[in-house]
Amino acid sequence: MQARDILSLTPAGLYCPLADVHIDPLRPVPRALITHGHSDHARAGHGAVLATAETLAIMAARYGEGFCGTAQAVRYGEAVTLGPVRVTFLPAGHVLGSAQILIEAGGLRIVVSGDYKRASDPTCAPFEPVRCDVFITEATFGLPVFRHPDAAGEIDKLLHSLTLFPERAHLLGAYPLGKAQRLVALLRQRGYDRPVYLHGAMERLMQLYGELGIALGDLRKVEPGGRESLGGAVVLCPPGALQDLWARRFPDPVAAFASGWMRVRARARQRGVELPLVVSDHAGWDELCATIRETGAGEVWVTHGEEEALVHWCTREGLAARPLNMLGYGDDEAEAEAVAEEAVAEPSA
Amino acid sequence: MNDFAELLDRLAFEPRRNAKLRLMEDFFRTTPDPERGYALAALTGGLSFRNAKPGLVRALIAERTDPVLFALSYDYVGDLSETVALMWPAPSQAGTGHNASPPRLADVVEGLSMTAKTELPGLLARWLDALDETGRWALLKLITGALRIGVSARLAKTAVAGLGGVDPNAVEELWHGLTPPYEPLFAWLEGRAERPEGLVVAPFRPPMLSHPLDEEEFSRLDPAEFCAEWKWDGIRIEAVRELTLEGRRIVRLYSRTGEDITGSFPDLCEALIAEDAFVGALDGELLVLRGGRVESFNVLQQRLNRKAITPRLMQEFPAHIRAYDLLGEGEEDLRPLPFAERRRRLEALVARLAGGRVDLSPLVPFASWEELVAARARPEEAGAGIDAEAVEGVMLKRRDSPYVPGRPKGLWYKWKHDPHLVDTVLMYAQRGHGKRSSYYSDYTFGLWRSGPEGEELVPVGKAYFGFTDEELKELDRFVRRETVNRFGPVREVVHTGERGLVLEVAFEGVQQSTRHKSGVAMRFPRISRIRWDKPPREADRLDYLAGLLPREGTMKTRAGKT
Ligand SMILES: [Zn+2]
Ligand SMILES: [Zn+2]
Repeated sequence: MQARDILSLTPAGLYCPLADVHIDPLRPVPRALITHGHSDHARAGHGAVLATAETLAIMAARYGEGFCGTAQAVRYGEAVTLGPVRVTFLPAGHVLGSAQILIEAGGLRIVVSGDYKRASDPTCAPFEPVRCDVFITEATFGLPVFRHPDAAGEIDKLLHSLTLFPERAHLLGAYPLGKAQRLVALLRQRGYDRPVYLHGAMERLMQLYGELGIALGDLRKVEPGGRESLGGAVVLCPPGALQDLWARRFPDPVAAFASGWMRVRARARQRGVELPLVVSDHAGWDELCATIRETGAGEVWVTHGEEEALVHWCTREGLAARPLNMLGYGDDEAEAEAVAEEAVAEPSA
Repeated sequence: MNDFAELLDRLAFEPRRNAKLRLMEDFFRTTPDPERGYALAALTGGLSFRNAKPGLVRALIAERTDPVLFALSYDYVGDLSETVALMWPAPSQAGTGHNASPPRLADVVEGLSMTAKTELPGLLARWLDALDETGRWALLKLITGALRIGVSARLAKTAVAGLGGVDPNAVEELWHGLTPPYEPLFAWLEGRAERPEGLVVAPFRPPMLSHPLDEEEFSRLDPAEFCAEWKWDGIRIEAVRELTLEGRRIVRLYSRTGEDITGSFPDLCEALIAEDAFVGALDGELLVLRGGRVESFNVLQQRLNRKAITPRLMQEFPAHIRAYDLLGEGEEDLRPLPFAERRRRLEALVARLAGGRVDLSPLVPFASWEELVAARARPEEAGAGIDAEAVEGVMLKRRDSPYVPGRPKGLWYKWKHDPHLVDTVLMYAQRGHGKRSSYYSDYTFGLWRSGPEGEELVPVGKAYFGFTDEELKELDRFVRRETVNRFGPVREVVHTGERGLVLEVAFEGVQQSTRHKSGVAMRFPRISRIRWDKPPREADRLDYLAGLLPREGTMKTRAGKT
C-alpha cells in the first residue's frame, strides 16, 4: 500500500477512502476530522465530526450547537479505529485544542500537521513530534526570511512603548482565536497586570478560553463611548479594525499588530502598522525544517503557504517532497475577517 | 548597536513628528556616550561609509545561503539589506564568533574607517553574526547608505535639544563647531558642563521663515506696518564672514537647513573673502546673474546639479547673492533689532561692498494693498525690470519684526500662490484718474447666468490695472467705438453673446457679498489678458465664482438653519 492510497486530494480537501473520512474539509462532507478551530479548517455543516473537545467547543461557540450532525470528542494520544485505519490526535501547539492527526494503515504512518508551531505558548499544549513515514506540513511561513524571534522580546516592545507614550491608546491587532489569548497570557507573564480591553469581536472566544480553564486576568469590554478615556490602555482588536473609523476615537492611538507577517517591513507598512510585533502561531522556517527532520519522514507533502521554497529544501535534503496545491486555506487573516463579520451580524446581548 | 537599530526600526514606522521626537529623546537620555553621539551623527547624515557596496553584501550572503532560497526570499521581501538581515544564518556553534558581543555603533564607525578593504568582508560577517535581525538590518542600511527613516537632521537636533530643554536653534548655532560623538554637547545639555562656545567660527544662524499669506488674515493687515520685497526664485543662502583670532578671513555659506555649502561656490567664497568691509552674517537669495540680469531657477539648477565645480561652470553660471537681511555685524547680533533698522544697516553695508557679487534686494514701494497687488501682477513695471522673470511673488515683512529663527506667526508672509483666472465680458468702462483721466481705464466686467429671459450677464467686479500702456490705448479705443449707452462718466459697451470683449481676470479669491448684485465679491481682481480672440458667449459663468466661496462659510450657514 502506498501513501496515496491512504490519503488523496479531492475538491473537498484531504480524503481517506479506507475510513471514508475527510480532514479539515472545505465543504460539507458526511464524516470529518478537524485539526483545529480556525474557520478555514473547521467549517460548519458536516455530518459526523471527530475533534478534540476544545476544538468542538470553539466550533459550537462560533457556529452554534447544531454546527454538525454528531460530534465526538477525542483526547490527545487516544487512538480511534475507523475500519482498517487508526487515527490519533496529537498536540500541534497552534491554538487551544489544535492537533496533528496521525493516520496509520497498511503499516504506514502519515501525519497531517494541520497548523503548528514549536515556540512555547501558555494557552495550549506544546507540539509533540511524531515519527512517521509521510509528513504533511503547512508552510505558511515557508521562506528562510521568516524566523520568528522570542515572543517575550516582542511583548517588551509593546511594554516599552506604553511607558514611552503613556497617554496613547495601544491598539493591538490580533487574530481573535489563539493569538489574542496568547498575547494576553504573554503580557501577564511579563508582569502586566492592568486590565486588557477587548473589541466586541474578541469577547466571545476570550470568554470561552476562560471557561476552558485558561486564566487571562482582568479583561474588559470597550464600552460604547468609552474609547476616549482609554489613553495608555492595551486594546485588543481584530487586525481589520486598526484602520477602521472605530480606531480613531481612541486617544492618539498606536497601531500595533502581532503576526508572523510583521517580520517583513513592507507588509507592516502596507497595513499602516506603527508598532509591528513579530508573534506567530505558525512555525517559522527554522521550526519547519527542524520538525521535518525530527519526524524522520522520508516523504513530505507541503500544503498552504510558500510551498516552493520548502519543497526545494526537502529535495536538497534528499527527501521526496511535493506541494499539495489546496485552495481554501489561508493564513489566519481570513479567520480574523470571519470573526469580525460574525460580531457585526450578532449584536452582543 | 542593537538599541540604535531598534530606534531606527521604530522611527521608520512612526508617522507622527512628536512621537518621533519622544522616541529619539528617550534614546539620547538612556544611551551612554559615545554611542548616542554616533547615533546623532547617523541621524543627521554626518556619517559616511564609502567602503561598503551592495555587491559586497551580496557576496557575503551568497557564501552562506542556497541560491534558490535566496532568490525566492529576495523576490518576496524586495529589499536587499532586509533580505540579508532576515536570512543571515545563526553562526555555527563551532565558529569563533558565536558568542562575540554585538558591536557598538562606535565600533562600527571606527572599524570601517580603520579597516583595509580586503579585510572588510570578514569584519562585516563577524558583526552580522553577533547582531540580531534588527541590528543586521540597521547596519546594512547604514553602510550601504540607504537609511531612510523619515527623520530630518533638524528633527534629530530638536530631540537632542529636548534633553536640556533648550531651543533647537541653540544646538543649531553650535553645530558646525562640533564633531561626532558630540560629547561636549551632551555634557552641556545634561548640565554637566558649560555651553561649548567659541568652537564655531562663522556659525550658522537658523533662518527666519515666512507664512503663506492667508486670505482671512490679509484683510486685517495694515499696509503701513509692512515692507514688501520681491520673492526671488533662487535658493535661500546665509553668508557668514569672520576673522579668526589669528586674523584669518573665513567665509562660510549655509543652506537654509544649515548645511555647509561653501565648497560648492568657490567663486562666491573668494569674492567674499576679499570684501574687507564685511564681517558678519548676511541672509539672502543665491541666484545666477548674467549680463546684469537674474536668470531663472532653471538656469540656477544647471549649476546646482553639477558635482564638479570647474572654472568653466563658474564662468558660465556665476553665483550671486541678493541680500535681504543682516543678522550680525562685527560682534553685534542684529537679530533682536526691528526689520527696518536691520534693513538700514544692510543698505549701508552693501553700499560699502566692492566686488559686485552681492547686491541689495530692493524694496517694493506701495501705499495700499491694491498698489502691491498691481506690483505683484507686473513686477517688470514695479521695479523688478529685466529680473521680473525670476520673481515668484512678494514677501511682506513687518517693519518692527525682529529676526526670529523658525516660522513665527504674524511677522513675515510670502504671497506666492497663483491667482485664480476667469474669463469675463466687459460691460461698462469709466474714465480713470490722474494721468489716466483721458482714458477709459476702469472696467466693469460680468459673467453669464440663467435669467428669466434666458442667458444674461451679471456684473461681478471692477478692474483698473493689470494691462500695459499699449493695451490701455487699445482698450480705450474699443470702448469709444463700441459704446451703446452713456451715464455720465460711464459708458456701457456692447456685450451680447456674439459681440463684445472678453477679459481674462486674475483674482485672489472670492467672498460673499450683499453689496454686489451677483452675491459674490472678488478679491483684488485685475486684467491678466485681453482675449480679442474669444467670443463673449464662451466666457465663464457665475457658478464658477460661487464654487470658490470658502466652504466653511457655507457650512456655517447650513448649520445655522437647522
Ligand atoms: Zn490555524
Ligand atoms: Zn491554516
